[in-house]
Formats: sequence, structure tokens, C-alpha cells
Amino acid sequence: MTMTQLDERLGETSVLPAARRRLHELLGQRFVRTIGVTVIVIAVVAIIAGLVSHSPDVVWQAIITGLLNGGVYSLIAMGLTLAYGVLHIINFANGSMLTLGLYLAYVAVHDWGMQPYVALLFVIPAMMAFGALTQKFLLNPVMNGASHNQLLVTIGLAVGLENLILLIAGPNPVSVTLPHGGSFSLFGATVDLGRLYAFVGAIAMVVLLSLILQKTPVGTAVRAVAANPVGASLVGVNIKNIYVLTFAIGGAAIGAAATLIAPFQSITPTTGDVFNLTAFVVVVLGGMGNVAGALVGGFVVGLTEQLAGIIFPEQSPLLSVFVVFLIVLFIRPRGVFGRAS
Amino acid sequence: MSAATDERALRSRAADFDWQSRMLPSRLLGAQSTTRGLVTYGVLFVVVVLLAALPFMIDTATMAIATRVLIFALLGIGWNVMSGFGGMFSFGHAAYFGIGAYTTAACVVHFGISPWIALVIGMALAVVAALVISWLAFRYRLAGAYYALSTFAFAEVLMLVAEGNDWLHRTDGIGLPVAPGESWWMFNFKLNSPNYYWIAVAFVGVALAVSISFTRARTGRFVVSVRDDEAAAAAAGINPLRYKLTAVAVSAAITAAAGMLYMEYYGFVDPTTAFNSSVSNNAIITAVVGGVGTIWGPLIGAIVTAPLTDLINGFLRNPPAGLEFLHGHSGLDLVVYAAILIVFVLFLPRGIYGSITHWIQRKRRK
Amino acid sequence: MSLLEVRGITKSFGGIRALRGVTLDVEEGQILGVIGANGAGKTTLFNCITGAFKPDAGTVTLAGRDITGTPSHRLAALGMARTFQLMRPFHTMNVLENVAIAVMSSGVRHKRKAYAKADAIVARTGLEQWETTNSGSLPAAIQKRLELARALALEPRVLLLDEVLAGLVPSERIPVMELLEDLRTNEGVTMVFIEHIMAAVRRLSDSVVMMDQGAVLAAGDVDEVLGDPKVIEAYLGEEYARAS
Repeated sequence: MTMTQLDERLGETSVLPAARRRLHELLGQRFVRTIGVTVIVIAVVAIIAGLVSHSPDVVWQAIITGLLNGGVYSLIAMGLTLAYGVLHIINFANGSMLTLGLYLAYVAVHDWGMQPYVALLFVIPAMMAFGALTQKFLLNPVMNGASHNQLLVTIGLAVGLENLILLIAGPNPVSVTLPHGGSFSLFGATVDLGRLYAFVGAIAMVVLLSLILQKTPVGTAVRAVAANPVGASLVGVNIKNIYVLTFAIGGAAIGAAATLIAPFQSITPTTGDVFNLTAFVVVVLGGMGNVAGALVGGFVVGLTEQLAGIIFPEQSPLLSVFVVFLIVLFIRPRGVFGRAS
Repeated sequence: MSAATDERALRSRAADFDWQSRMLPSRLLGAQSTTRGLVTYGVLFVVVVLLAALPFMIDTATMAIATRVLIFALLGIGWNVMSGFGGMFSFGHAAYFGIGAYTTAACVVHFGISPWIALVIGMALAVVAALVISWLAFRYRLAGAYYALSTFAFAEVLMLVAEGNDWLHRTDGIGLPVAPGESWWMFNFKLNSPNYYWIAVAFVGVALAVSISFTRARTGRFVVSVRDDEAAAAAAGINPLRYKLTAVAVSAAITAAAGMLYMEYYGFVDPTTAFNSSVSNNAIITAVVGGVGTIWGPLIGAIVTAPLTDLINGFLRNPPAGLEFLHGHSGLDLVVYAAILIVFVLFLPRGIYGSITHWIQRKRRK
Repeated sequence: MSLLEVRGITKSFGGIRALRGVTLDVEEGQILGVIGANGAGKTTLFNCITGAFKPDAGTVTLAGRDITGTPSHRLAALGMARTFQLMRPFHTMNVLENVAIAVMSSGVRHKRKAYAKADAIVARTGLEQWETTNSGSLPAAIQKRLELARALALEPRVLLLDEVLAGLVPSERIPVMELLEDLRTNEGVTMVFIEHIMAAVRRLSDSVVMMDQGAVLAAGDVDEVLGDPKVIEAYLGEEYARAS
């Protein structure tokens, strides 16, 4: 009952109903328009790539790979965007937490003989606990201070975690093999099964996270804290607990991402670093704090990387991703799919 | 103070207000201007003299550590100008460090130019890069997390550029040629020559003098006032953008000098040593440990943190009983750095120097 | 021509119209009081005049010169100073330094002279005993006076004061009011001040503007405006009616 009251109060704090409806109309129009523009831009880039490579097959494969990779990227960015949306923290340790998840998955599969996807049952709770403890003991104490202190803690966590793993596991790459892996052909493009599962997992996770946030009492509380921490605390929400919960959910998302990508990812202590950067880009593109936006952002990054690889073969594909990133950061810091306010 | 005396005082002041002929009480000038300034510069002089005398007291291995301490200090001092005095937290100072290092390498290797000229070019390039990226960030009102991300991303972009550039030898990196003889002009001395160290002392001395100006000189005080309150500074006639960019430029120049020094001392740079986030993190840790926004903080932070790498690597070569499994492993030094950073942020956010001065001030007030 | 002319200033924030066509004039050497309930748009009007916000429409003219949307720091050079309703000291500096910063930015480059002048202003605003106190740890009432001192340091032609008397006990208000009167009488400073304390409005104002919901509801002579039934109803309410 209290949560219904909370929902009502949240409703009360917003603007007049008419103005709100109009705002939604505008946002809706803008969202559709932005999606349209994005699709057109990507189509144009794809055509250019086709002209450069003289091979539609190469472009088709790039699009399939780009979409599959994009799913993985958005999966990794999920926890990052959630933490930003609620805690307003950029978690620089997102990549290192991914590395931790990858090694946990490796241990579960390699040492304990778990099936790679059964390992989810171990890695997700473990990372959830890690996230909760991190927030409770390292971040909650600095939540009221200057925002750079929170960033510094996550940087310290990133460096510490990565090097702790290096210290224990050493620098040599390890890997997790999928027993019934392999690939199939889709109109001439190769589709790796492991990546396909990760792709499906990404979409499932967006749906799951959206459902949790929109339909459950806990989700309502999380949204309340994200929108207005002071107001939420006035109606009886324990903000610090919600922070812990949010970071735990973020940790769970990273754990899921790590387990799902482990079968096709070479695992080293610095693997997370690479994904860290891509995840930042995905989150900014999708609008910081926007879970569904992260999915679209992931696809944009995946496609950019693959298509730019065709157009500029000498340059690192990451570079074009960064150029897109910087442009978006300056032109539309709220993200291509972010909300206006 | 009773309201009545207050009122009378005000009335009389209002009547005979004439600031030009008013004598400033010496106690004020003493506190605000002359004496304290002389003391600060005096301390700087003593510090520089003590640092310069060090090679006569230590062996060459210790001097190598001391040189690294100074390079760390320079990095931290540079970062502190923008992030501490200017209040604009940078997470990508590796960008300016790398520009300084690579410019030196390219000038010496490709053109045979003196490193001193390369220093000027490198500082200029770093300043231009810093101004462009910061101007864009301020123009588009990136603040807080977004500003942090843009600084971070800029350094990463430069790393990718260097990795893909043939002229900069891609991921192989650039090494300086080993030349015979000694030359101040070409910054070329015998291995273990104290000259490298003395030049580093000079760099740090200049950078500290610049830092002192942020607590005393007009421009520096304007920068701090914009940090304290941008709207109030603007209302007081200070152009916030101008002074923010000033701090950014000075910061980038000092950091580029650290890069040049690194290049000349170690003789080698690759995209990772130049632009990796660990460089930015070193700058941050040094300042955070010593005290962000203080004059002496970065130097103290560097003295505390920079020798840890050597200590810990020595420890890993010869681990004590029970920890033999660590033998030959690496990463412990960075784990310790990370732990120090977190512990300071959580428990001593003012840093060592900042906490001491805060404690003294509080005691004095009582 | 008036010294400060505001014509049809309009400003919206995401669909909410904070100002709807505000027009007012301030004659040189006069004091204009701005009154109105909280949320009437008084501070937004100040922010539009002083360049903190760019108005959506309308113009602001200072001594015949169009200053609409000119950034704050340039207005300071043109002789316009303001105080903030919520005090904004340079919180890491002491009181004297706060004032000296403003003195230095107004063109006194020589440091010794700047501090001498700042010291005089500090004395004039009754802040002497706080001179070396860190401004961040001052009581609110003293910070209010620091706001005023910092504005005076710019030697303004026009001074915009946003509730400088709020939070002061009555005995503390008197010296500030006397200072303002002295500024007008002896130095010819023109002032616009937002105030809720009616006694101060009556004592200081040459004319008064009453704002309501982002627009000017009434303007003119003090007694005229304060006696207007519209004003009494919209702002002052029963309490005032009973009191007077």
C-alpha cells in the first residue's frame, strides 16, 4: 500500500497533467525521429562501406557482427547506466567488475566443471554481493560529498581489482569453451552461437530490468530515488538501502554479461578495460541512466565499429567509435536517446 | 558587538569615507600580503636547496627513485592547478603528459632538435589541445560526470591515435638514440648523472612557484574565486571562462613538461606509458594523498607514493615466508596505490598536508 | 531617458513562464523597490537584468546602451553590481580577500592599493571584526553584509540588491539602510532592491514595483502602490490589512 502512495506522490510532484501529456507527445515524436535519423545515418554509412569494399557480402557480415557485438556491448553497459541513473555515479570500475565476473565464470566452468550457462547461477549472485558490499562500504560513505570523491573511489576500485586479479591469476589469457558451440549461416553471414545467446540475453535483460523498474515496488522505490532523493526519503524510502540495492542489481547485470560473453572472449586481467571504454560510449549514446537507450546505443557502437573497420582499414575501429562518442558528448550530452531534461 | 556601536561605527565610517588616503593597518598587510608571501617563497627556496643537495648524500639507486618522485610531483602539481585550484576535476591528464613526451621524442628522433625546443613545442601543443577540448566542454556546458568522461575519453583517443600512427612507431613506441658525450643543449648526460635530477628539481621549483601564485597573485586568486562560486565571480566582474581556461592552460603546460622530463630521463615512450589512464591516475593519487588544492600537497604525495613501486617490487622479488606464491608476480604496487587512494578519499579527503593545515587552523582558532 | 530601462522581458523555463513582459524604469539616483510574493519572478528578473539569464524576449538598457543578455562580468565593468539572495561568498577566502577580489577585478591592479580599498569597504560595511575570518564559516547575517561589501567594491552606478535585509534582526537592518541612503545621497548610486520588509521599502524607495506571477501588477509611488487594493489583496493579504 505504501508503494501505491509513493506512486501517487510521485505523480503529484510532476507538472500539470496537460503539460505532461504534451511533453510525452513531443518526446515520443523526438524518439521516433531520432531512431529514424540514426537508421538513415547507419544505412548511408553501410552504403559507403559497400562502395569502398565492392562487396555486399562483407557489409552484410559486418552488419550481422555489428548487431551481435552491439548486444554484448549493451549488456555490459546495463549496470553502468543503472548506476548512473540512480546514483549519478560513473562507475569507472565497471570494466574491472566485468573482468572479475569473467574470472569467476572461468573458475566455475574450468575448476568446478559447471556448464558455461549454468555458471550464471553462481556468477550473478556473487557479483550481486560484490556490488552490494562495494556500495555499502566504499561508496555510501562518500555519497553526500563532492561528486569527484565517488569517481575517485570507483577509479581506485578499478585499478585495485584489475591488479589484484593480475597478482593472483597472472597475465596469461584463459578461456571458457562452450560444449555445443559453433555457428550457422544467415543469408551468407556467419552467426556465432555464443554471440547469438549473448545477444538474446541482452534483450532479455533489458526487458527484465525494465519490468523490475516499472512494475515492482522495489523498482518504484528505485525510480523515486533516481528522480528525487529528498522527496523519496520524505515518504519513507531508505535512500542508502536503495543505493546498495541498485549497485547490487548493477553487479548482477555485470555478472550476467560476463558469463554470457565468457565463451567467446579471451580472458585476461585487462579484458574489462577495453569494454569499459565501449560501455561509456554506449551509455552516453543511449542517455545516461536509460536502460532501453543502452540497447540502442550498443547497436550503434557495434555497427560503427564494424562499418568503420571497412571504410578505414588502417585505423583502430575503436577510434571511430570514440570520434562518434566525442561528437555526441558535445552535441547532445544527454545522449541521442536521452530525455530532454 | 551590540547593534548600537555597530550602527555608530557604520555612521562614522560613512561620513569620513575616503579610501585613498586611508592607511592600511600593518597587521593586515602583514597577514595578507608581504610577510606571508615572503615566508612561502622562503619555504620554496629552502625546499629547492634541500632537494638539490640530495645527490651529495645518496647513492645512484636512491637518486633514480628521487628523480621519479620529482616526475610524479610535477605531474601532480600540474593536475592540481586545474583540478585543485581550478576545481575542474580531470581524469585524463595522461593526454598532456603524453603530448609532452611524444613531442620530445618526435623532435629529437625525427628532426634532431634540442629537447629544450621540443619542450616549448610540446607545452604549446598541450596547451592548445587542452584549450580546445575544455573550451568545447565549457561551451556545451558539460559538467560533473560528463566533464570527467570527456577528459578521460580525450586521453584514450590520443592513445588510439598514437597506436595507429606510423610516424610515432605505433605500439612499438619511440626510444631516444644513445649519444656519446655530455650536452646540456641536447639534454644528454652520462647514465646516473645527477644533472637529470637537478633539472627535475628546477622544473619542480618553477611549478611550485606557479602554484604559490594561485594563493597570492591576482590571476590565481581570480581562478580560485571562479572555483568557489562562478556566478558570484562573474557578478564581481571576473570572466569565468577566461580564468577557467587560464588554469587549464597552465595545468596542461606543467603536465607536458613532466612528459618531456620523463622522456629524457627514461629515454623511451610508447602509447601505453604516455596515454594510459594509469598516468592520469598517478597524477590524481599524488595530489589526493598530499592534499588537493594545496601548494605542497602534490610534492608530499609524490614523496610518499612514488617510492612504493620500488619497495613493493623489491618485496615481490624476495617475498617473506608464507607469501612465496607471490614471487615473480606483478600488480601488487598498483593494488597498494588503489588501496591508498580509496583510504584517503574515505578517511582523509584533505590529504596529508591539507589535514595538517586544517588541524593547525582549528587549533589556532581555539 | 532613464538610467535603467527594462522593456517587455519574458523568460520561460521548460514551459513555465517565469516572466511575462516586465517593463520598468529606474531614474538615475533613485531607489526602486521591487515587492511581490515568493515565486513572483523578482529574482528571475534580476538574473535577466544582470546577465545571469538571457531573456527570451525584451530589452534591458543601461544609460542608453542595450545590455540585453550581456554576460555578468561585462556588466560589472559597465557599472552594474548585484547581491545574491542566497549568499555566495568565495568560501575558501576570508572577508577581506572576498572584497579585494572584486576591487582587483574592477581595475585596481596594484595589490597593496586593492587591499587598502577593500579594507575601507570592509570598514564601511561594518565587517571589520570579521576581516580575517573565513567567509564560508560566517553567520548568515554577516554573509549578507559581505554580499553588499563585494558589490560596493565595484563602485557601481547601479546596484541591484536581492533581499539584503532578510535574515537580519531589526537592529541590524538600520545600519544597512543608512548605508544605502548614504550611497544614494552622497554618491548618487542608483538602486533596485527586492525586499519583503515593508518598513524598509517605505523608508528607502522612491518608487515601487509590485510583481505577481511574472508580471508587474502595480507600479508607482510608494504609498500609491502599497495602498492599491489589488496589491493588498494579491500580496499583503489579510495580515497587512489588519495591521494597518
